[in-house]
Amino acid sequence: MNVFDFAHAFFADTAHWHGQDGIPTRVGEHFLYSLEAVGIAALIGLPVGLVTGHHGRGGNALASIATAARALPTFGLLVLMFTWFGFGLLPVMIPLVALAVPPILVTSYEAVRSVDPPPVDAARGMGMPEARILFQVELPVALPLMLGGLRTAAIQVVSTATIAAYVSFGGLGRYIIDGLAQKDYEKVVGGATLVVGMALATLGVFWSVSRVAVSPGVRRSG
Amino acid sequence: MIRIDAVTKRYPDGTVAVDRLSLDIPDRAITVLVGPSGCGKTTTLRMINRMVEPTEGSILLDGRDIRQQPVNALRRSMGYVIQNAGLFQHRTIVDNIATVPRLLGWGRQKARTRAAELMERVGLDTSLAKRYPYQLSGGQQQRVGVARALAADPPVLLMDEPFSAVDPVVRKGLQDELLRIQNELGKTIVFVTHDIDEAIKLGTTVAVLRTGGRLAQFAPPAELLSAPADPFVEDFLGADRGIRRLSFFSSTGLELQTGPVVPLDADAERLAAGAPAPYRLVTDADGRPLGWWGAPDELTGGRIDRDRLLPYGRPFLPGTDSLRTALDGAVLSPSGWAVAVDGEGRAVGVVSQQVIGEAIRAAHGEDRQDAKAER
Amino acid sequence: MNGFFDIPSDLQYGYFGLIGLHLREALLPVLAGLLVALPVAQLCVRFRWLYAPVFGVTTVLYAVPSLAFFVLLIDYTGMTETTVMIPLAVYSLVVLVPAIVDGVRSVPPETLAAATAMGLGPVRRYLQVQLPIAVPTIIAGLRVAAVSSISLVSIGMLIGNQGALGNLLNDAQIYHRPPLAVNSVLTTAVLGILVDAALVLVRTLLTPWMPRKGAVR
Repeated sequence: MNVFDFAHAFFADTAHWHGQDGIPTRVGEHFLYSLEAVGIAALIGLPVGLVTGHHGRGGNALASIATAARALPTFGLLVLMFTWFGFGLLPVMIPLVALAVPPILVTSYEAVRSVDPPPVDAARGMGMPEARILFQVELPVALPLMLGGLRTAAIQVVSTATIAAYVSFGGLGRYIIDGLAQKDYEKVVGGATLVVGMALATLGVFWSVSRVAVSPGVRRSG
Repeated sequence: MIRIDAVTKRYPDGTVAVDRLSLDIPDRAITVLVGPSGCGKTTTLRMINRMVEPTEGSILLDGRDIRQQPVNALRRSMGYVIQNAGLFQHRTIVDNIATVPRLLGWGRQKARTRAAELMERVGLDTSLAKRYPYQLSGGQQQRVGVARALAADPPVLLMDEPFSAVDPVVRKGLQDELLRIQNELGKTIVFVTHDIDEAIKLGTTVAVLRTGGRLAQFAPPAELLSAPADPFVEDFLGADRGIRRLSFFSSTGLELQTGPVVPLDADAERLAAGAPAPYRLVTDADGRPLGWWGAPDELTGGRIDRDRLLPYGRPFLPGTDSLRTALDGAVLSPSGWAVAVDGEGRAVGVVSQQVIGEAIRAAHGEDRQDAKAER
Repeated sequence: MNGFFDIPSDLQYGYFGLIGLHLREALLPVLAGLLVALPVAQLCVRFRWLYAPVFGVTTVLYAVPSLAFFVLLIDYTGMTETTVMIPLAVYSLVVLVPAIVDGVRSVPPETLAAATAMGLGPVRRYLQVQLPIAVPTIIAGLRVAAVSSISLVSIGMLIGNQGALGNLLNDAQIYHRPPLAVNSVLTTAVLGILVDAALVLVRTLLTPWMPRKGAVR
């Protein structure tokens, strides 16, 4: 049997479609964990990245923080947080947020830094206050790159949120962890397929958002 | 000689960049291709080193079709200079310049010595040799670009808008430098620009191309200015054609008057000798002009008052400068007279607008006769 | 901290042994990824139409959770280091291909035109001009790939203790010794930071031609 047969068998089994361990429940859980983690990371990363980018200072400090955060092993952090805090959402969120912050932080910083200086200069020359320059001049141009950072973070979180199951949490990781324990490859493949599907859906969402939110004047491919 | 023979470049989408263009590019001279954007001037240049292959027609270098030799050997025998220089940002200045010699198999040491020699030739301090391109100004980078193109001493130099990305002052310096180097080396240079003034300044002959890649006129700059072939060329040449054409007439024959030139300590008698000119040009002890004295008959307390001198405009060097510079000097000067100086800046005489005007009329007359004689 | 460096004997390695194992499991795949990524990226640069499908496939591969990847490979390569290293090599590839393509494409067109006009053939142009200028972007990609690889090795613990430093996490739970988990996380993070710093150093040595400014990434 190959991967496709496993996947087919998994999705054909009606028992997988309802109940506590059903696909809709697990997808919903996974979606919520991911959304929450990316949301918190965006609340941290975007303001810090945008403001440092606008002022053009602190880039090196930012890069060091991002590198350190990237170096933290997500899985190790999860186990450690679990041993410290016990069962709960907090030990799951900490490693996922730590995973999502660096790409958001660095790309939003770079996005603002890479805005062409002349329009910013012109805005300042017209007497625009700094906050308005950031929101009305720099942000619209920086948006495609910023969305790129958010997208990378979101896909990593969706893929990595599977490890939450290791500390007895739900989400699509349940199928993979349980499948591994029960040597049930149908479950593993099914879970993995769902995660990939969700990641692709995330890509699609970001693509649509960028079609709507990015001004046609600054739209670029990717 | 480079002979461009009925060359056409048509792109797959049907655009015609160059349309049956024929040009004979003479050796050891600067031939400028000029025209508005989309006139195919860059395409033409790039066909000479086969960066673009013509759709029809052929290009001959010294009578031999350029397609007969391996493409990279052809390219190494032609220097190529482009806008923004196109330097290799990851190599030092000296290694940039040594690129083609190294490709031709020269030893490292020999190539570097040659590179250092070229840096001096293009007016770069050799202390910059170990720097990287980002550490140089735009003008310096462009000089490196020229040095790199000259490194293997190629007989042909192709230049594609090399000076259009630098500011006017630096551009003028680079143009003068190019003319100086050309005087020393006598390369066959094909120079592309969209700037007609640059074309007129640098070109021995100028080819004006029109949109769609057709040749509008191929002539020396003076002829272009005096007899544009059609309204397109006339329009492209722009305003002040007559004045600009004066650049090609020498000021050699101008009759200079020395009577009105007086030293600062001149007495009344010396002043009076300058008549009938209404002004006197006052010089310092070394003979350098100080200014015009507007009241030839009166002195302040027996002396010329240095503080009441009028500005004397811009002096010209008779023989070296053109009638245009002389006329400019006369127009700038409140007295209406131009000041002639020698190489050391000492006044050698003055000349009135009227005399310059006569010289211009005479020059035009000779030019017309020459033109008739040629026909 | 009590028993911080006291590694249980069931892991068969001492502290430094685990570090060596961890580095090998994390960095060999990055190296393999780089070796595959270079020709793939060059193909993508040469044939532009290839980039979109390659980019699509790599994006999907990147979205496969590492744990699922490990489990699926067990059938073929068993509960071994290889099972951990194959997915890591794939992730590295996914990060490196776009990095190299971007780097090679970032070479200014006038620089390439100059190289062509001086008679550099395609091979020379790639080795002497495009690749050296792409070094900063490639190393930026290597940094991301190496650090994430070092972080991901730990998950190998779940498939028969193939997680090197990650195996300490398991022992921390079995023997109720939380300091071992702290040890695992800190040592892994420090390894990541050191490897990252080493790559920055390599870039500095390889690119004396870059303007020295505070560059993020």
